[in-house]
Amino acid sequence: MAPPLLDRKLVFVTGKGGVGKSTIAAALSVLAAQHGKRTLACEIDAKGNLADFFEAGPTDYTPREVQPNLFAMSMDTEASLQEYLRLQMRLPAIARIGPLARAFEFVATAAPGVREILTVGKICWEVRESLEGRAAWDLVVVDAAATGHIVGQLAAPQAINELVHVGLIRQQTGWVIDVLSNKETTGLVVVTTPEEMPVNETIELSQRVEDETDVVLSAIVVNRVLPELFGRQEEEVFEELRQPAAVGALREAVGNPAEPVLEAARLAVTMRRTRAGHIERLRSSIDPSIPLLYVPYVFMRAHGFRTTRQVAEALSAELSYE
Amino acid sequence: MTPKRRKDDERATSLEHLLAAKEIAIVCGSGGVGKTTTAAAAGAMAAASLGGKVLVVTVDPARRLANALGLEGFGNKEKPVPPDAFKQAGVEPRGELWAAMLDTKESWDALIHLHAPDAATAQRILENPLYQNVSGRFVQSHDYIAMERLYEIHTGGEYDLIIVDTPPTRNAIDFLEAPERMADFFSSRFLRWLTAPARSRVINFASRPFYQIADRILGTQFLQDISEFFMNFQTMYDGFVERARAVDRLLHDRRTTFIVVSTLEHVPAREAEFFIDALDERHFPLGALVLNKVLPEYFLDDDATLVAQRLCADAPEVAHAVESLVSNPQMVPPVLREVGESYLNFQVVAKREQEQRSELAKVPEVVATVPYFDTDIYDMGGLLDLGFQIWGRHD
Repeated sequence: MAPPLLDRKLVFVTGKGGVGKSTIAAALSVLAAQHGKRTLACEIDAKGNLADFFEAGPTDYTPREVQPNLFAMSMDTEASLQEYLRLQMRLPAIARIGPLARAFEFVATAAPGVREILTVGKICWEVRESLEGRAAWDLVVVDAAATGHIVGQLAAPQAINELVHVGLIRQQTGWVIDVLSNKETTGLVVVTTPEEMPVNETIELSQRVEDETDVVLSAIVVNRVLPELFGRQEEEVFEELRQPAAVGALREAVGNPAEPVLEAARLAVTMRRTRAGHIERLRSSIDPSIPLLYVPYVFMRAHGFRTTRQVAEALSAELSYE
Repeated sequence: MTPKRRKDDERATSLEHLLAAKEIAIVCGSGGVGKTTTAAAAGAMAAASLGGKVLVVTVDPARRLANALGLEGFGNKEKPVPPDAFKQAGVEPRGELWAAMLDTKESWDALIHLHAPDAATAQRILENPLYQNVSGRFVQSHDYIAMERLYEIHTGGEYDLIIVDTPPTRNAIDFLEAPERMADFFSSRFLRWLTAPARSRVINFASRPFYQIADRILGTQFLQDISEFFMNFQTMYDGFVERARAVDRLLHDRRTTFIVVSTLEHVPAREAEFFIDALDERHFPLGALVLNKVLPEYFLDDDATLVAQRLCADAPEVAHAVESLVSNPQMVPPVLREVGESYLNFQVVAKREQEQRSELAKVPEVVATVPYFDTDIYDMGGLLDLGFQIWGRHD
């Protein structure tokens, strides 16, 4: 049975830059696909990064199967506009849209929310089509905007509602908001690392998500958690081993200086301790009902699909306790 | 593409030399790499050792950073860092350190007042719902306003050195193009075309299809808001274009330098690489590369590797040598094995980082490496510790 998080229809994944947001989005998608769910992984910041996590070559606006059951696409607001006009306005593609695309660039630049609504709208549309049996996604996982922009992205439908009082757009923001605010269907996952700034941003974001959006925060993934090297007794022994006499004896025994290796372990212990403090702070600052999922630091040469699989395994173990 | 390098004898060899010869340093890089802290540390070092008036403009400082600077907090207006903050760190600064935070909304409002032909127009723009969105939420406006604010401060002539921490952008190069894009935006024919119907009440033939479609999608009232917004904005057209071009010139000025900050993790490093290329393509001077959170060099030491491998393989045997020196001898083998394994684990990362580093370090004049700090920075002392790491010669 798939974990509850993956039983949703739509999961947005956000996080501060550099915390591994895309890795987690990719890993969640892989996990869902492994559970037999027909999954669409959608990358919003069209950098083409997400495809690397599946070793799948560049993705575009048309979903492509990259692993069994797993499809990937990258968002393209212009393609989304064309699709929208074609479907909703019954406009033939390209020909009459040429000047419109330029105009769109303009309106999108001046009227914030336009770009976002095309992005979020497309995603919610895929979900709605699936719910109503016209498309076949069991789950859509979105590698969404970073923490700084995610609220703007998720709140775009309301922002548009404030600006536009009549017209087709107005009618459509309604069902987009319905999909976003459905707690059974839709969830947000925030990825963080146990470091000061990412934790601060996560705490601030969880508040803003609650205040400014309709989306429910489903889980926080704490990525790159360092292993605990020693228990308390072991640590005492470790400290004794760092005394000059022991360091000298170790050198005799192994034939080379032991300081670098001991120093490396001390660094690992201190780093782990500093990070544990940040995890505690995170736990005590957010709603206790929101689960924290811990993903260990992956000491690996690779950063492609191999890493994604490792992270998916770790997430799987964590999710089974959810 | 082969990035150009200056002759060796002309190159700055340290961040200290680089900043001593510049008036503006723009610190950029992807999010989460320690950009803001690096900017503050460089500013603190410059104030402490180069002297003069140094300003650090940051985008969104953590409260801790404000505290580290000895400030309760700071806003759009520049604030002096109290000399006491340096004294507590045991440093007598030669110059002054100032700090300011970029408030996008406030800066936009100031800009409107500056460019608007009269107070009534300014008021109309400030009250337009579209403007409120543009100034408050619109991400790219953030990029532009950061560069615009830099220009304003620089032309004010108050500071010897201005260090700018750039906003986190979706695309790290966005802010470089922001002035140019802003100029294009306001000088575009499309803007005139868009505002023409409302102004003359004669619908331009070319704009008809657009309006028909736009009207069906967006509704008339929204279109009117757009038109009104642009019409009001047009009164400021000349001022804006001229200003945006001046900002662009300043970014290309030889008194300006760029500092790219990154870690050696895969994603940030790849973005830094991309950024270094982008700077070069646009003829922006890349002065330095600062690499943060780099694992210590001892992880690459061959002898240490042998020790770690030995500890993993023969922990019980090695343990005999030290059992008499510890209180709990049966714990020694697991501890030694853990020590060895931890070293080898981190070594995997360190080796990957080393390769990443040599790739990145090819182009910039100055490369500074900051080792992994195992604690966070809480005060000026911590900031200066970091500063010393990046300040010296790194050839």
